[in-house]
Amino acid sequence: MGVAAAATTAAVLLALSLGAVATARRRWAPAVIYMLSGAACVVQALAGIAALATRAGTTSLTVPIGLPWMGAHLAQDALSSVFLALLGTGGAAASFYAAGYGRHEHEPQRVLPFFPGFLGAMTLVILAADAFTFLLSWEIMSLLSWALVLAHHRDEGSRSAGYLYLVMAAFGTMVLLLAFGLMAGAQGGYEFAAIRAVERTPGIAALVLGLMVIGAGSKAGLVPLHVWLPVAHPAAPSHVSALMSGVMTKVAVYGFIRVCFDLVGPVDWWMSPIIIVIGVGTAVMGILFAIMDGDGKRILAFSTIENIGVIFTALGLALAFRANGMQAMAALAMTAALLHAVNHMMFKSLLFMVMGAVLNATGRKDLDGLGGLIHRMPATSFLALVGVTAISALPPLNGFVSEWLLFQTVLQSPRLPQPALQFMVPAAGGLLALAAALAAACFVRFYGVAFLGRARSGDVAAATETDRWSLGAMAGMALLCVLAGILPGYLVDLLAPAADLVVGARIAPQGGNAWLTLVPVADVRSSYSGFLVMVFVAVTGSAVAWLVHRLASQRLRRGPAWDCGFPNADPITQYGGGSVAQPIRRVMASVLAAHETVLMPRPGDMGPARHSAGVEDLAWSRLYLPVAAAVIGATTRLNGLQFLTIRRYLGLVFASLILLLVGLALWN
Amino acid sequence: MELIWNLMLQGVQMMVVLALAPGLTGLVRKVKARLTRRRGAPIVQPYRDLVRLLRKEVVLAENASWLFRVSPYMIFAATWVAAALVPTFAIGLQFSWTADLIAIVALLGSVRFFLALAGMDIGTSFGGIGSSREMMIGAIAEPAMLLTMFSVALVAGTTQLSYVVEFMASGEVGIRVSLGMALIALIIVAIAENARIPVDNPSTHLELTMVHEAMVLEYSGRHLAMIELAAMLKLLLYVALIGCIFAPWGIAPNDSGPSELLAGFAFFLGKLAAGGILLAVFETSIAKMRVFRVPDLLGAALMLGLLGTLLLFVSRSL
Amino acid sequence: MHDYAFDIAHLLAGSLVLVSFMLIYQDRIFALLNVFALQALLLAMAVAWQAYIQGAHHLYASAAIALVFKAVIVPWALHRMVRRLGIHRDVETVVGVVPTMLAGMGLVALSILLMLQLTAAAENALAREDLAFALSVILLGMLMMVTRRNAVSQVVGFMSLENGLILAATGAQGMPFVVEISVAFSVLIAMIVIGVFLFRIRERFDSVDIEALDHFRGERR
Repeated sequence: MGVAAAATTAAVLLALSLGAVATARRRWAPAVIYMLSGAACVVQALAGIAALATRAGTTSLTVPIGLPWMGAHLAQDALSSVFLALLGTGGAAASFYAAGYGRHEHEPQRVLPFFPGFLGAMTLVILAADAFTFLLSWEIMSLLSWALVLAHHRDEGSRSAGYLYLVMAAFGTMVLLLAFGLMAGAQGGYEFAAIRAVERTPGIAALVLGLMVIGAGSKAGLVPLHVWLPVAHPAAPSHVSALMSGVMTKVAVYGFIRVCFDLVGPVDWWMSPIIIVIGVGTAVMGILFAIMDGDGKRILAFSTIENIGVIFTALGLALAFRANGMQAMAALAMTAALLHAVNHMMFKSLLFMVMGAVLNATGRKDLDGLGGLIHRMPATSFLALVGVTAISALPPLNGFVSEWLLFQTVLQSPRLPQPALQFMVPAAGGLLALAAALAAACFVRFYGVAFLGRARSGDVAAATETDRWSLGAMAGMALLCVLAGILPGYLVDLLAPAADLVVGARIAPQGGNAWLTLVPVADVRSSYSGFLVMVFVAVTGSAVAWLVHRLASQRLRRGPAWDCGFPNADPITQYGGGSVAQPIRRVMASVLAAHETVLMPRPGDMGPARHSAGVEDLAWSRLYLPVAAAVIGATTRLNGLQFLTIRRYLGLVFASLILLLVGLALWN
Repeated sequence: MELIWNLMLQGVQMMVVLALAPGLTGLVRKVKARLTRRRGAPIVQPYRDLVRLLRKEVVLAENASWLFRVSPYMIFAATWVAAALVPTFAIGLQFSWTADLIAIVALLGSVRFFLALAGMDIGTSFGGIGSSREMMIGAIAEPAMLLTMFSVALVAGTTQLSYVVEFMASGEVGIRVSLGMALIALIIVAIAENARIPVDNPSTHLELTMVHEAMVLEYSGRHLAMIELAAMLKLLLYVALIGCIFAPWGIAPNDSGPSELLAGFAFFLGKLAAGGILLAVFETSIAKMRVFRVPDLLGAALMLGLLGTLLLFVSRSL
Repeated sequence: MHDYAFDIAHLLAGSLVLVSFMLIYQDRIFALLNVFALQALLLAMAVAWQAYIQGAHHLYASAAIALVFKAVIVPWALHRMVRRLGIHRDVETVVGVVPTMLAGMGLVALSILLMLQLTAAAENALAREDLAFALSVILLGMLMMVTRRNAVSQVVGFMSLENGLILAATGAQGMPFVVEISVAFSVLIAMIVIGVFLFRIRERFDSVDIEALDHFRGERR
């Protein structure tokens, strides 16, 4: 099949977008369009997986669209195939989910025309084989997702989110443009093959890498370029949020890998600690903000930032090992990064879809308005449980497998020759462990407050289970989470050609190991069998339950809650989002810039005492606000330029001419 | 034939940890009582308590969900599996390669996750207070534990417990300051994870300070029995883990005969008793901490783990 | 045998670093003084062990000095002083415990990195590592002095800094005994001077919080 199949699906998706413009207001339109895009995504996923499974080489294609003398170059190699499969799977789930979920949309014409096009643009980014096609598709992807963020444009929050997103996306693309410009050099070879062939000095390579960290990192959500992500991702309809968090951030990761590991050539080792530090910092800060937030969808968006941090840490490690010529270790790190990208697509899509279902059923996404959903929406709650277990990196589900591989990579770090890396990598490993443990805390809070306990509002008490299409899509993703957790060997084998392509080595084949065990280095060093752990826990758990019911007692009586003798009927006395977060907010106060004030009325005053607490994103207050203030200050000053006399305008023109001439004279 | 023998050994290991766990808890209670000049309940008291709890009916809160009822069995099963994977009297058992150190730590993380969820299921303030504090403690204890495991794994060159034990017993290790730090850090983590004084007090229901007890407040009957047994298994797991890494003497090597296995078993009993007595002495000689002092203690464990890993690079051979 | 000699020296020096961290962790003054005594004791043991493996008998004298002065007399004197002054039992910190310890970790990493690189040519691995540990102890002592507000804990920080100096001196196998004695004496004198100052500060300001001095100089309002 090769690249033609994938390119066709991209074309179909883009055509669907155009078709949707005309038909969006029809009653049948959402179902048909979502089903068709779902089908296209399935084809994409199959094309990617088939290419990986058959170890197909690179197939390429030139389409006479785009720049007249060049056309659009498309190619599908192992790396593109991995991300194509990822995109197809996430896209299919979101599309089929939307076939049910999208019916509740009030203004389908604001979503339908952009949704398939967004998928198509992401496909083109992954398939692009020249700089022009890559950047053009990247920009289309940004713009269409911006339109989707603005789907609920009457909401003030959505509008400001859209504005922020647009600014950051434009900034990111501009930086990418610079990176590609540097790589193409003076000769201006914009095809990837030509870029690969150029020899670069280490300085240029490092500069390109730095620009990619900023450009791709701003799309992926690296701290401190993350500020747009937690407002923009949740503002979109939930199936779009699932795509943006689960898939679009991975397209950014793809861009980073493509440029930094494939196109730019060898890079010096000293760039890797920078990426590792940024990655680890992103992971910890992202999850801390997730714990502090009270909005279900924003929690998920912040957690996306954490996972991107984990992926970039792994990429930094891969870079460090590759720069030192340790290809086998680099392959381990790269496999961990790719596996985590795939895993994150699965559970983050699942959780966003769950939040969408909750939002539909109750009309709320604030944790403190929910509670007790496990009684009202049992199936959704069960699937959500699978999702939170997976994302908290707990065995035997898939989130743990990629974390485990990453820890194995960290343990290889003493072999690195540079003392700085030797010291830093174990410390980074510790911080990753901290991020993983905090993620567990975050999702206990998320699930415990929203799904367990008693209903905190009447909206929840009236909630009903969501529709079958949504449930089907969520169940599919949950199943994938479980399968990827207990059969990780096959997934790792599928990813191996991609690692081989970008770092020049692959980890040993895992599919044939006894009991589906994962043995990344050697069996005397480490091994893990998710399958056996699952079987052991399931068998002992059910056997014990059976024995206890059989031999001991199976009597059961329902009664009021005990609660140390003072149960309170008011659901407000439960622990809510803020109270569950309190211990961690207090412990991490200095990192979070947390503030807490208590206003006590004076004795005799009958007014209520007030307590307020919150955290501050220092990136926002220390970096963005000053920059924004500077820009506004500068523009206010420059505003005067619009009201000058003609003589002064002429003077300005004259002055700039002289300046340019002087510059020219000095240059020569 | 050999396979059957190996499977039997693995089964014996599972049964041994299960059978000894309440005894260890009973021993700790007994020694604590004697140290405070009380007579104390007999060592077999925990067994009797468990049997009694198993026979009683369950009183379930009205709005308890299925998660609340399933969790005890899952918690127990996961703890049991984790405990069975730690070498006690022999290494190289049939399934010892199923999960390495990191996976065992994570498996205990799953236990904590479901316990905290169960605490929040009824929707009481005590359950919430327990769960939120448990997750706060876990958020620092787990990385501390992983860092100590990094130290051990970097020294031994493997994360597979059987090989770690083999290496530690081989005498190639010498005396290393990093391992000392890892030991202290691991002990702090063990105390925190098992809800012992000074982090938590397992024998009170003092409302403002309890953590573990607050989470399981709503459980009764067989559910409570499962959770109590899981807590006992966890204590045994940590004693066995510390014993097999830092005192690997007497553990029967691969493919050893019955006499070595019996010797290994005797050594294991000795280590358990020593661990239990030391824990009791430590607990009686120290006061309970305020909850918000606990992060400082665990932070110290985290630092020790990190320091241990750093200092590895100045010791010989690495 | 040689390996164990190395291991024990390494263990003792490493424990000194560990005790430096314990000093940072302590928040009660009496506990702080006890930990400081422990550090001096460990130092004496480390020096004595060096004397044994190097066969340098004058080092036994240094060990004895460390033991007598720093593990017994100085902590005892400080204990008395704290009691007589009725100083607050808590150590007031400028920066929290955990951030300070994090900074301490960074300092340890820095000193190990620095020493291993600077002395890469040196043959004697033991001396290299001793130097790395000693530098860590010195830096941690300084860190303690800048992050604690209480004058007593600053004194302790200063003393532990000096412990690091002695560790470096014995490990390097080069410092003459005279220098060592003079260092020990100067520290003792410094302690006396600081002790006198403590009385003065206390008399004037009713507190040994050194930020009270800032107030007096008009630097803080």
